[in-house]
Amino acid sequence: MTDAVNADLVNAVVLLANFVLIPATVYGCQLALGALGVTLVYGVLRFSNFGHGETMAFGAMVTILVTWLLQSWQVGIAPLPTALLALPAGIAASAGLCLLTDRWVYRFYRRRKAAPVILLVASVGVMFVVNGLIRFVIGPDDQVFTDGARFVVSVRQFKAATGLAEGLAIKTTQTITVAVTAILVVWLFWFLGRTRTGKSMRAYSDNEDLALLSGINPERVVAVTWIIVGALAAVAGTLYGLDKSFKPFVYLSLLLPIFAAAIVGGLGSPLGAITGGFVVAFSEVLLTYPYKKFLSYLGPEGWRPDGLVQLLSTDYKFAVSFGILVVVLLIKPTGIFGGRST
Amino acid sequence: MKRVVAGLVMVMLLPLGAAFADDVKLGVLLGYTGPIESLVGPMADGAELAIKEVSDSGALLGGLQVVSVRGDTTCIDSAAATAAAERLITADQVNAIVGGDCSGVTIAVLQNVAKPNGIVMISPSATSPALSTIEDDGLFFRTAPSDARQGEVVADILQEMDIGEAALTYTNNDYGKGLADSIEANFKMRGGTITISAPHEDGKGDYSAEVAALDAVGGDILIVAGYLDQGGKGIIQAALDSGAFDQFFLPDGMIGDSLVEAIGADLNGSIGTVPGTDSPGAARLEEIAGMASGPFVSESYDAAALILLAMQAAGSTDSGDFKDHVMAVANAPGEQIFPGELEKALGILANGGEIDYVGASAVELVGAGESAGNYRQMAVEDGALVTVRYR
Repeated sequence: MTDAVNADLVNAVVLLANFVLIPATVYGCQLALGALGVTLVYGVLRFSNFGHGETMAFGAMVTILVTWLLQSWQVGIAPLPTALLALPAGIAASAGLCLLTDRWVYRFYRRRKAAPVILLVASVGVMFVVNGLIRFVIGPDDQVFTDGARFVVSVRQFKAATGLAEGLAIKTTQTITVAVTAILVVWLFWFLGRTRTGKSMRAYSDNEDLALLSGINPERVVAVTWIIVGALAAVAGTLYGLDKSFKPFVYLSLLLPIFAAAIVGGLGSPLGAITGGFVVAFSEVLLTYPYKKFLSYLGPEGWRPDGLVQLLSTDYKFAVSFGILVVVLLIKPTGIFGGRST
Repeated sequence: MKRVVAGLVMVMLLPLGAAFADDVKLGVLLGYTGPIESLVGPMADGAELAIKEVSDSGALLGGLQVVSVRGDTTCIDSAAATAAAERLITADQVNAIVGGDCSGVTIAVLQNVAKPNGIVMISPSATSPALSTIEDDGLFFRTAPSDARQGEVVADILQEMDIGEAALTYTNNDYGKGLADSIEANFKMRGGTITISAPHEDGKGDYSAEVAALDAVGGDILIVAGYLDQGGKGIIQAALDSGAFDQFFLPDGMIGDSLVEAIGADLNGSIGTVPGTDSPGAARLEEIAGMASGPFVSESYDAAALILLAMQAAGSTDSGDFKDHVMAVANAPGEQIFPGELEKALGILANGGEIDYVGASAVELVGAGESAGNYRQMAVEDGALVTVRYR
C-alpha cells in the first residue's frame, strides 16, 4: 500500500518536472537572456528597444545560415548541435547589425537629446526594417537546424530505467540552454562589476554628465553596450530556435514576455532581468498547466478530477505576461530590484 | 453630385469596357502572405498553368486570351481579403475568381463581394462544412471536398483500427474547427470517445503547454487537425519530446513530406487522410508542370480549368451565364478530360459536344457544387508516406 502511494507520489513529481519544471526553467533562461539585452539598452541608452526581438531573430538567422554551410562541409561537433559552432558568426552579425542601426538611426536622435519615446518609436521602425530583411533572406517559414543527439534522457529510456508510469525527457538543447545562460550571466556580471569598461558603462548609466566629466568616452560606452546586447540577443535567439523552433515572427511575439520580465525585475537592473525572466516563465507555465493528471496521482485511488483543473487556457499564455506587467506597474513601477520607473 | 456624375460615367464606361476587352481575366485570390503562404505559391502556379494552357491554345471562344490577376486573401484577415476581392472585381474587372483559399476568408469574400457582384468563385482549398449550405446564388463551387466527408473517413479508419479513445487538437480557425467538429460527431456516432477537443494557435514557437493539456486527459492516438508547417508540426514534436503520445492521426492539412522529414523515425506508425484518387490525373499534372505536386495544387489547376471550360460551354465570359454550366462540364456524361487536354476539351465544347472534366483531382461535383471527396488513406512507414488504400 505504501509502495503504491510512494510510486504515485514519484509519478506526480516526475509528471510535474517533465511538463512544468524543466520547460519553465529553460524558457526562463531564454527570457532572461532577452530581458538582459532590453535592460542594458534601457540602462545605458535610456530607451525601450522594440527592435530587440528582431535582433534575436537576425542573430539566429545568421547562425542558421552558417550552420547549414558547416553541415554541408560535414563539419560538426556531435553529439552537440552544429549551431553552437556557428554561434560566433551569429553573434558577430547581430553585434554588427546593432552598431549599424545605432550609427544610422539612434545616434542621430541621441545627439539631439531626443526624448526616450522618440527613440522608442525609431526602434519600432528598425524592428519593421529588420523584420523585412529577415523575410527577404531566410523567408517566413519554419527552419530546422537542430542536429546531434536530441535527448540526454528520453522518455523511453527513463521509463525503462525507473519502471515508472510517467516519463521524463531532458533534451540536449535544454541542457545547452541552461549551461550557456549560466556561463553568459556569470561573465556579464564579472564584466560589469570588475572590468574598467564595465564600470564605465555603469557610471554612464547612473549619471551621464558626471561620467562625461570624468573622461568616459560616451561613443565607446554606447558601442560596447550594443556589442554586448547584440551578442546576448544572438545567443538568446539561437537557443530559443534550437530548443523550440526558428520562425521569424515568433521573436516578435516574444517581445511581450521579454519586456514583462525586464519590467518585473526593474528596467536597467541586470539581476532584475534574470529574476523577471524566471518569474514570467514560471507564471506562464504554472498558470496554464492542467493539473488533472497530477491531482489524480495525489488523490485517492481511482479518483480523477472531472475538469482539466487548469487556471487559464493555454491560449491565454500571453495574458499572463500582460497581467504581470499591469500588476507590477500598478503596485511597484520600479520593479522588484528597483530599477527606473517606466 | 460629384458621386452621381462619377457613377454615371462608370455606368457608361462599364459596358464599353466589356465590349472592347479582348481578353478574359481570372482573379487568383489566395493567401500569398499569411499562415499558408508556403502552400499558396505552388497553388497559384497550378491555377495559372491551366490559364496559360487555355490562353495559348487559342481555342477559347474564338481565340480569347486569358490573363490572371492575383489578389491576396492573407488566409486569416477577412477585411483584407474582401478589399482584395473588391479590387479584382471593380478595378481589374475579372470575369471570375479562383479562390479563396482558407475557409473563413472565402466565406467573407463570397458573401460580401462575389455574391453582390454576381461573380463566380471556385475555391481549390476551402473545406469548411459551412460552405456546403451557404446561400450562394449558384455562384460558389469548390474542387476541394467538404470536411464533413473527411470526418466520416477519419472516423471509419479509427474504428477499423479498434481505437476507442482519441485526443483531438485543431488549428483555431474555420478549417480546423469544422474538421474537428465533423470528426468528433462521426467518431461518437461509431461509439468512440474524443477525450478532449482543444484548439491551438498557429505560428507559435512552443507548444509544450498545449501538449500538457492533451496529455492530462490522454487517449490512444492524437488527432492533429492543423497545418504541417505550422502549429501541427509543433504539437507533434512537443508530444513526442514529452512522451505524451506516440501515434498521430494526420488529416489533409498535415500530409506532406516536409513533416515526415522534420519529425523523422518517431512518426512511423502514424496514419492520415488526404484528398486524392488513384486516377491518373495528378501524375499527368506533375508531368506537364515539371514539378512535384503539393497540397491543393491539383485542385487549383482544376478550379481554373473548370471556369474556362464552363465559359466555353456557355459561349459567354459572363459569370451569370456560365455559372449554370460548371456542373455540366465537371460531371459525366461526356468525354473524360485530363490535365494537358484542355485544348481538346475546348474543341469538343465548341462543336456542341459534352465533356466530363476529370482533371488532376478526379473532379466530381456533388451537392451544391463541391468535390465528392475521394480520400487516400496514408500511413508513415520507414520514414515515408505511403498510400494504404483509396476511400
